[in-house]
Amino acid sequence: MDMKVAKKKLPLKEKYQYLTRDLGWETTYQQQEKIFPYAEYEGIKIHDWSQWEDPFRLTMDAYWKYQAEKERKFYAIIDAHAQNNGHLHITDARYLSALKIFLQAISPGEFAAHKGFARAGRELPGIGTQVACQMQALDEMRHAQTQIHALSNYNRYYNGFHAFADQRDRIWYTSVARSFFDDAMSAGPFEFMLAIGFSFEYVLTNLLFVPFMSGAAYNGDMATVTFGFSAQSDEARHMTLGLECIKFMLEQDPDNLALVQRWIDKWFWRGFRVLGLVSTMMDYMLPKRVMSWREAWEVYGVENGGALFRDLARYGIRPPQGWDDAEKAIDHMSHQFMLGLYQWSFGTSFHSWIPSDEDMAWLSAKYPTTFDKYYRPRWNHLRKLAEAGTPFMNTGLAKLCQTCQLPSVFTEPDDPTMSCHREGRYLGEIYHFCSDHCQTIFNDEPEKYIQSWLPMPSLFQDPLNGDVGAWMQWVSLLNGKDNGDFVGSEDEANFQLWRGLATKNQ
Amino acid sequence: MPVTSLKPYVGVSRDRVENYNGQQLVYASWDHHLLFASPFILCLSPQMTFGELVEQRLKPLVQADPDAAAVDWQAVQWLKSNQPFTPAFDRSLADNGIAHKEQIRWRTPGLNSLMSAA
Repeated sequence: MDMKVAKKKLPLKEKYQYLTRDLGWETTYQQQEKIFPYAEYEGIKIHDWSQWEDPFRLTMDAYWKYQAEKERKFYAIIDAHAQNNGHLHITDARYLSALKIFLQAISPGEFAAHKGFARAGRELPGIGTQVACQMQALDEMRHAQTQIHALSNYNRYYNGFHAFADQRDRIWYTSVARSFFDDAMSAGPFEFMLAIGFSFEYVLTNLLFVPFMSGAAYNGDMATVTFGFSAQSDEARHMTLGLECIKFMLEQDPDNLALVQRWIDKWFWRGFRVLGLVSTMMDYMLPKRVMSWREAWEVYGVENGGALFRDLARYGIRPPQGWDDAEKAIDHMSHQFMLGLYQWSFGTSFHSWIPSDEDMAWLSAKYPTTFDKYYRPRWNHLRKLAEAGTPFMNTGLAKLCQTCQLPSVFTEPDDPTMSCHREGRYLGEIYHFCSDHCQTIFNDEPEKYIQSWLPMPSLFQDPLNGDVGAWMQWVSLLNGKDNGDFVGSEDEANFQLWRGLATKNQ
Repeated sequence: MPVTSLKPYVGVSRDRVENYNGQQLVYASWDHHLLFASPFILCLSPQMTFGELVEQRLKPLVQADPDAAAVDWQAVQWLKSNQPFTPAFDRSLADNGIAHKEQIRWRTPGLNSLMSAA
């Protein structure tokens, strides 16, 4: 008699094997090189793709299940936030500037990462890599979407949120983040993985997301906390992918070391410059501050980064070239950025302000060796000008770095009283840089960076020809609403009025 | 180094002088006067004299600094491409050798109100 045998359920590991590795095969109708044309030209040598470790072993069906669950929770909280006037529970409307910068510059970066990982998943021949990149591509798209949805609640009440997509493409300060991702996406797939997967997601991401999400929690912004939590479980997978990728490259062939080290040097510095604006958020923009930028750097840079590079030393990797100069900049950068943002605030789709006495006392305590000595005199002078009814607007506009595209607000690593002037010539034309490291990156690939679209120089070309009013229209900046000093802004007045209605009887 | 690429790779500068309708860019900054967060970017005619640049553009831009009124513009020390430089005030930018995207700097030793603590 035939016995009916119950079909055995596959264990997860085996199921994963079927769903991933066994989908890869040696092609016969077409040559492998034609199917993966970008796999070798960068110079990274891979001998055996099957050595790629997949620590998470996540299959697509499990992936959909987890993500769908997270989405349900996320949207339930976002609905509750909208219905309970969550926008009035934040500590102060000054907090919104941090959110506006995030929406204009960072959320589009999530979408750029989505495109980049989709491409890396197609171009890298290894099956394990393809699956991991595909999932990360989906994560990044979800992050962009949940962030935009979460912040759309604020757009109903406050200025500066309404045109983030135009501003992602056109306003001057977002070109910093955009050029960062464009640089990575126009590189080969291995460099992309090192740039975004390792350098950004592994080395630097904690400096962005942890302070940002803690900042949201400290300042009563449940919407942002929620998208942070929803993204957090993905980040562990992304960090693992980044680390696995660099170890794989280093283990496959000793010749890969020089290239990997050069990319680490480059992408550490590019990432450090992009994340510089986070310092301003932490030290100036959060009404209720979590920790200073210096304190965050100690934890996430010095301790975590230091441990990572000690771990990688066994492959011959040394800490990134710009590490010491980064350390020297930590006590200065947030002040240098905020002074810039304040004097160019007529051109920003968020508000800035002069720190109060209480703020300055905090800054002085957190930056005992630099704030009172270098930056307080400037803020005091700016306050004097504002109180005299002649607030300072710097109509001179800024010199931008050809590589990182930030205004050249930085000083010499060893002289905080002196701007860092670096310039070079390529084919007879002059190019300017904010630092030695940005100049090195340019010199390694000048043909790439001479094409940079720099917002300030392009303002003086056709069709704008220096017309700032026309420029505001072009970047969808509503003059007198989105820009300028927080003091006297509609955001300030409305927040006080509405909160007053909610908490008082008159 | 050339860009690593599969095919010959040639880039074109976006900010070459032809794109400025006969004008040119000049960067200018006052050493140790960091109330101005970054060097200024200016779009100027190469026929403008150096004196006009100082009178019409630089003086108004630096008004907000407490040292501005005390500057003796004939006595300041100038640098061009980070090298000492003696401009002729009555000659044009072109005659003074100030090329497109050139950075000029000036120094006023002793004048340093907002850095005095440093």
